[in-house]
Amino acid sequence: MTVSKDQLIDFIYEEVRMLDEGRYDEWLALWLKDGHYWMPLDYKQTDPLNVTSLMYEDLFMLKLRVERLNGARTFSQKPKSRCHHVIQRPFVDEMDAAAGTFVTTTFMHYVETRLDEQTLLALTARHELALVDGQLRIANKRVDILNSDAAFRNIQLLP
Amino acid sequence: MGRYADNPAAIKALYRGNEVHRDVYTDQEVYRLEMKHLFANAWVFVGHESQTPNKGDYFSTQIGDQPVIQVRHSDGEVHVLHNRCPHKGTKIVIDRAGNTGKFFRCPYHAWSFKTDGCLLAIPLKKGYANTGLENTDSGKGMRAVGDVRNYRGFIFCRLAEEGISFEDYFGGSLSSIDNMVDRSPAGRLEVAGPPLRYMHHCNWKMLVENQTDTCHPMVAHESSAGTAVKLWEELDMPEGTPLPAAMEIIAPFMSPYEFFENMGIRTWPNGHGHTGVHHSIHSNYSAIPGYMDKMVEAYGEEKAKEILGENRHNTVYFPNIMIKGPIQQLRVFIPLAADKTIVESYIYRLVDGPEELTARTAMYNRMINAPTSIVGHDDLEMYERAQEGLQSDGLEWVNIQRLYEEGEDFTREAVENGTTERQMRNQFDAWVKFMTWDMDDVQEAAE
Repeated sequence: MTVSKDQLIDFIYEEVRMLDEGRYDEWLALWLKDGHYWMPLDYKQTDPLNVTSLMYEDLFMLKLRVERLNGARTFSQKPKSRCHHVIQRPFVDEMDAAAGTFVTTTFMHYVETRLDEQTLLALTARHELALVDGQLRIANKRVDILNSDAAFRNIQLLP
Repeated sequence: MGRYADNPAAIKALYRGNEVHRDVYTDQEVYRLEMKHLFANAWVFVGHESQTPNKGDYFSTQIGDQPVIQVRHSDGEVHVLHNRCPHKGTKIVIDRAGNTGKFFRCPYHAWSFKTDGCLLAIPLKKGYANTGLENTDSGKGMRAVGDVRNYRGFIFCRLAEEGISFEDYFGGSLSSIDNMVDRSPAGRLEVAGPPLRYMHHCNWKMLVENQTDTCHPMVAHESSAGTAVKLWEELDMPEGTPLPAAMEIIAPFMSPYEFFENMGIRTWPNGHGHTGVHHSIHSNYSAIPGYMDKMVEAYGEEKAKEILGENRHNTVYFPNIMIKGPIQQLRVFIPLAADKTIVESYIYRLVDGPEELTARTAMYNRMINAPTSIVGHDDLEMYERAQEGLQSDGLEWVNIQRLYEEGEDFTREAVENGTTERQMRNQFDAWVKFMTWDMDDVQEAAE
């Protein structure tokens, strides 16, 4: 089975829609089990491990993050936050049909809101995707916030 | 003039042992007076020397609302200067860090200054001939802070020209910095990357108090730490499976009250103190292969075991930082208004130490202290609910009397039950002392 450029692009659109609609179980199921969601702290950061990042989470941490959002005593989610992604058409940067691996880059605006506050972030998301058993999956995802060095307030959902 | 300026009696009345008045958190006049008196008379943290390793290297930051520059002068010493041109007030340095060479040059009118602040040159200087510029403060150059001390790489300053000495101010509390630095086989730390920066719409003292608040983790952080423990149990791993690093970090937040009671709190004079006298949430991290050998090589076995045997949790250096010795983390509290505070969280690597320890510390920093942290989210929520709740006229006083004793003496070092709020009271004792240290007493003068 091969994957077309359009299918890769559709995958990215579908992923952000899952996040915006809070369909986290479906979202977690997109991930390969050794994947990492990385959100660097520094502009053009190259090392996720030995300097601070905003996030560098494996699937256990992502499950924890999602599970917590629904907890009865998750005080910072009373009331719950909502989020909204507006994305540009993703660039397909790499297509290795033989290996079944793909890389996309997507520019997006991310809005997160709760109570009277609303935060707007400009993002660049880089997805490493893999075709496994006929399904596209997320191998790794890197999200760079344009002003990653600014002093942020809570960012509680998944940009 | 407001109620509190030049009125030491009114300041003193805000703290009465077991309670503190809400104005210390909500009143903008009190905030301004904190910057003018408390932050000026106390010794405050500026930065780490590894942020300015070479001559001409500078780093710009804020001590409360005061913009300052940490700079390495041509003689190799670290200086701290007010970040303001003595001419029109323009900030000399805008970027966060860089190298200025042998001198600073104001971008507005090109007045230039040596890296110790002394005036070097003014274009078209004849315009000032016979005007008496040399007799003004502007003619002296960029003003330096009152005093600077480099303590084992950590740069502290006192903004006020005169006041308490560094040694008298910190006393025995410096043992926590010693322990943090001694964990490097070379006895040196280096900053590892930029800090997290987290904006809080609350008073800075709520953050400082929370550093030694041991009765909140199992409540406020149940949603993160409790859920982590539950998820791990559901995985049903075989007996003896080592905890992943993330679980080693987060699970101890759910420790029972007895754990925190028994860990102890130590207080030192002038508002300093630490949790984790006997053990702490950092006690049971797994050992990194080869690290102990390097420490024994550097210090000898006895001393190495003594250094690594300390597991102090949070040490508050009142008023503006907290450090975690066992993981080489430092958080600096930057008050911007009565209800606005930036927290910057730095990590350091142990020179000649294993990189695995840096990785663990970076993980701790992002998991616990980031604006994206599931632990930080609930802390910020608590602070901001308190900031809003304090607007209520239902009650004007905040209670800090857990394990309170009449007539507590904060001039002596003490070790108490780990759930005491004595350290918060110790901070307010120091708060009153340094708020009123150099405050004119207009009322008394009028009598």
